[in-house]
Amino acid sequence: MKIAVCIKQVPTREWQPRLNDDKTWVREQDVSYEMNEPDAYALEESLRLREKHGGEVVVCSAGPARVQQVIREALARGADRALHVEDDMLGPADAHTAASALAPAMAEQKFDLILTGLQSDDQGHAQFGPVLAEKLGIPHSTIIMEVVVSGSELRVKRELEGGWFQHVTMRLPALLTIQSGINTLRYATLKGIMAAKKKEIVKVAAPAGLVARHQIVALYAPQKSKQTVMITGSPAEAAKELVRRLREEARVL
Amino acid sequence: MILVIAEQKDGKLNRASWEALAAAQQLAGAGTPIKVAVAGHGLSNVAAELAAAAVSEVIAIDDAKLEIYTPDGFVQALQQVIASVSPAYVMFAHTYQTRDFSATLAARLDRALVTDVTAIRNVNGVVAFARPMFQGKLVADVAPQGPAPHLVTVQIGAFRADAVTKGPAAAPISTAAITIDSASIRQKPEAPFQEAKQAVDLSQAERIVSVGRGIKSQENIAVAEQLAKAFGAELAASRPICDNGWLPMERQIGSSGQTVAPKLYRSEGISGAIQHLVGMKGSRTIVAINKDAEAPIFEVADYGIQGDLFELAAALIAELQKS
Repeated sequence: MKIAVCIKQVPTREWQPRLNDDKTWVREQDVSYEMNEPDAYALEESLRLREKHGGEVVVCSAGPARVQQVIREALARGADRALHVEDDMLGPADAHTAASALAPAMAEQKFDLILTGLQSDDQGHAQFGPVLAEKLGIPHSTIIMEVVVSGSELRVKRELEGGWFQHVTMRLPALLTIQSGINTLRYATLKGIMAAKKKEIVKVAAPAGLVARHQIVALYAPQKSKQTVMITGSPAEAAKELVRRLREEARVL
Repeated sequence: MILVIAEQKDGKLNRASWEALAAAQQLAGAGTPIKVAVAGHGLSNVAAELAAAAVSEVIAIDDAKLEIYTPDGFVQALQQVIASVSPAYVMFAHTYQTRDFSATLAARLDRALVTDVTAIRNVNGVVAFARPMFQGKLVADVAPQGPAPHLVTVQIGAFRADAVTKGPAAAPISTAAITIDSASIRQKPEAPFQEAKQAVDLSQAERIVSVGRGIKSQENIAVAEQLAKAFGAELAASRPICDNGWLPMERQIGSSGQTVAPKLYRSEGISGAIQHLVGMKGSRTIVAINKDAEAPIFEVADYGIQGDLFELAAALIAELQKS
């Protein structure tokens, strides 16, 4: 089975953002990057499927030269080769633009299954996977917690709201967006890191005529919306005061 | 004209649909008509309920092929409705179902989609939609580009369902004339199921007591259960509690769990990482109990108590049982 996994390079969780001069993006020179966490689960799932069914796992990523960091990491964890659609404008690109950038090169590869994370930890549009599926003319399903492939049929477990799940079947080729926690991640071994150095990364230029769907007109820190009333006193006093306020002031009891 | 896509399941309206309507009414201001469409099969009750809102029309997209949701079926149906009513904006609540098909719909229409919107702004005469970025560390005002319609999904809890303006009389209800080619529905869904016997939809709960790392051990979950019972609340948790298996995953609140907006949200020993805050900050009244006075949970709390959550829990249970 020929499996693609789309990964994104995103700022680390510990990173504290600083804005650029016109306050429409962050100062990229301050950013330290890592693999988008939901994409790491998609990578792990693709490696497990390859171990079960054979074939190969191809890492696909769109972005500036810096995204090679996470491509190398995916190769070190066990992916076979990589496809990098490289362009500086893809760093802050919206999901539609990123999917449009990857679609032509990925279409040529005729993958059986494409996995990616359910959303990115940076922009968090939760659009990339379904848009890519539409561009490639293949079916998709989102927020997946289990993947079973038998022959040319795919059966997945979709997470719904409120503790509900649903099984969905479809024919391959298909695209799935993977929920964090679907599996337990493996980390790169020294052997894997050494092997990754010899693996192929094919660089492709972004297709011409990409048009952004989003313009960020302002970027700012969230405003604190509430004045917190701190309640003091002994536990009994605080409990009494809180219950009084919830009944009389907030009227929620 | 603004088209709102409401959501229903088994003839029951998802209450987040009212939040999408509230956002649409805010965007429309005076003079711009709003229509609301709902897709499924057997929609008369849901359509009648929606007709109470101040909208110019309720459109029932009723077809047996839409009875069970599939992204391909919904995209086909909505594409036809959008073509016939030519809206400037199409608005949805950012539910799991919306997440599953809205990006496909936008791509097929070749139009912009802005997701997870928390506010509508006018930036120098340009309509922009505020949405969280970088795990909520920043907010971006996003102006969708290209021709109309622009598709917008609103974050659960960001707009108040009770802010919806009702109409003087019930709005007219029409049935959309659509055709769905079942051969082009590629996903074959099975019946939804729950893994736990007592699963709850926390997004519908009026009161929630939620526990975090401060609960310290699995044995102490019983204390939280007693407290939840005393408040008449559902019990929920932050991600680490569910990862440890102390409570089932379905009770997790946050970006990877459920998003809720109850009347009362009480957090016990939750520091307030943004992944948790995005799931509950739309709650009407938030009470936070934490040992650490600097915990970020206090930034969104209406009432805060710095102290030992176990001592407070005992005192609160006693206080609530008094009356």
